[in-house]
Amino acid sequence: MNWDLLLGVLSGTIMYGVPLLYTTLGEVIGQRAGMVNLGLEGILLVSASTGFVVSSLTGNPWLGIGVAAIAGAVFNLVYAFLVVTRNANQLASGLTVMFLGSGLSAMIGRGFVGGGSSGLARYQIPGVSLFSWATGSMFSYDVLVYLAVPVAVLVWWLLFRTRWGLSLRAVGESPTAAFAAGRRISLIKYQAAMLCGFLAGIAGAHLSVALARTWSEGMTGGRGFIAVALVIFSKWHPLRAIAGAMLFGGAVTLQLQLQAQGAAISPFVLNMIPYVLTLGVLLLWGGARRFAAPGGLGRVYSGEE
Amino acid sequence: MSRPWEALARILKKGWSIAVARYAMILVIAFVAYAVVLLLAGKDPIQAYADTFSFALGTSYGFSEVLVRMIPLLLTAVAVALPSRLGLINVGGEGQLYMGAWLATWGAITFTGLPQLVFIPVLIILGFVGGGCWGAIAGFLRARGWVNETITTLLMNYVAPLLVGYSVYGMWRSREIGSAAFPQTVAFPDAARLPRFFGTRVHLGLILGIVALLAFWFVMTRTKWGLKMRAIGGNPEAARRLGVRLGLYIVVVMFVAGGIAGLAGMAEVTALHGRLRAGFSPGYGFMGFLISWLAGGSPLGILVMAFVLAIVFSGGTLLQITQGVPFSAINVLMAIILFVVLVNPRFSLGALKRVLVGRGRQR
Repeated sequence: MNWDLLLGVLSGTIMYGVPLLYTTLGEVIGQRAGMVNLGLEGILLVSASTGFVVSSLTGNPWLGIGVAAIAGAVFNLVYAFLVVTRNANQLASGLTVMFLGSGLSAMIGRGFVGGGSSGLARYQIPGVSLFSWATGSMFSYDVLVYLAVPVAVLVWWLLFRTRWGLSLRAVGESPTAAFAAGRRISLIKYQAAMLCGFLAGIAGAHLSVALARTWSEGMTGGRGFIAVALVIFSKWHPLRAIAGAMLFGGAVTLQLQLQAQGAAISPFVLNMIPYVLTLGVLLLWGGARRFAAPGGLGRVYSGEE
Repeated sequence: MSRPWEALARILKKGWSIAVARYAMILVIAFVAYAVVLLLAGKDPIQAYADTFSFALGTSYGFSEVLVRMIPLLLTAVAVALPSRLGLINVGGEGQLYMGAWLATWGAITFTGLPQLVFIPVLIILGFVGGGCWGAIAGFLRARGWVNETITTLLMNYVAPLLVGYSVYGMWRSREIGSAAFPQTVAFPDAARLPRFFGTRVHLGLILGIVALLAFWFVMTRTKWGLKMRAIGGNPEAARRLGVRLGLYIVVVMFVAGGIAGLAGMAEVTALHGRLRAGFSPGYGFMGFLISWLAGGSPLGILVMAFVLAIVFSGGTLLQITQGVPFSAINVLMAIILFVVLVNPRFSLGALKRVLVGRGRQR
């Protein structure tokens, strides 16, 4: 393996891992509150299209990302309403959000397909510039990338070091006990869902505004589902999610770098890598996950009245 | 209260009429909601619906096209309904459909010399096995308790079209002039094309779909296996203690379900396209999921909902041509229907009854 390829993969791993990390963190919060959300894919699409359209129209990428994050939070209320208020099946509710997102995003982004964006300002990691003879312009990232790990720590702090986090985890582990302890289950679940949508919204906008710098239908390519798998991989822990997201960022980058270098492997086979890797990881982790999953995950709780 | 209201109340009490009323109400709510979406997108919903329904039901060509669209929807819906009786959620119809088409294509371009009477059954078997193996992988992983079948089938949906793309752009790519810009396999021999009926594009797949639906109904209601499957779906632990081999059932059911979805893919490429092309399915697998969910897994419901969705779907193509709505906008309609079903507005029917019958509150 040559030097350029190695550095390119390292640099890209961080870049491509970050949107997955934000998405996974959102899903960790949701699942800790007992909600499996397969609708992440739809949220990513809606926020990617909204973010791109807003930043194209206003010329301000940060406004686009802000609007997209709020759009993600509001959009996930559809899921929360179905699951929390109407006690609907979580998997089907997630798929509803996925369908809605893929349709709405196509309508929102129409007229902007293939458009360009200036993206976010990038700053090179301090100190890397000393080795610029080797790295060139690699290892320069936008602010959202630098914020990703602090956000993961923040999510960990929220979940494990605050009263609210304790309530949220109690709701996810045992709704009955949480209710008996006087927690407002619906309120907490709604909050968790909105926070999940908010983080996924940031991720979606980051994908279109900063990473791809364009919008195309279905551009998220299953990242929402991969994030659900990453939650299992990270055993529902925000800090382990960093490792998971980077692993998959690495898979995506390796595939892109190999294509750019003209490797003699079909791009279709290379494109399979992230999905096959996800399946492989789920397989390896299969046995362990039973002991780490929140007790009330996926269950319908209707005992509040 | 006056007589006619009481008569209506008696009708409403009957189970089937309540079911019909429920489906009708779901559809009306969804169509109205989608009209609002179309309005917001700056389109004329009344014109859109008029176009769709006059095309689909007003012309014989339109009606035959609705039947053509209905074939993959029927098959993929059964592919979801069957595992759902075991409590399994198969969202992998799309991938299974692609794998059925893939293996059938291999057969169609390999055994070119066969007569049609032999060729068609061979293709049907290959399509079934192709989709079946894809489904059985998810079933196996679930049966061993390693990975949940929902996430497996969802992820495998992304892999199967890539495998088709790999084959179509690579080893199977036709050298014809027209295939340079638009990669595809060579045309299948005539003997490998499923027969069509009455000079329309309606093909043998319709019979396969109806047979699959009848077989599903027969197995579930008239056989020992159906009983056991319902027992597993109701209480897996109890069924296991009674000596039902859970794992075997899961793998076999996922194989059969995947196979049925594979038939849809096989029928699409052998009857309609006559070649394999990348990305030939506009999401039939997902529509099948929606239909099965709407029908609550009931065979008659699947037939009705597949027909209705086929009208909408043929309208999706029409809308794209006549009104410039992106094809994916049809996903919004699907999502709205699913949303209404999940919200489960039983109160609406109750309210309707209260208004009509004038009884007191029933809650």
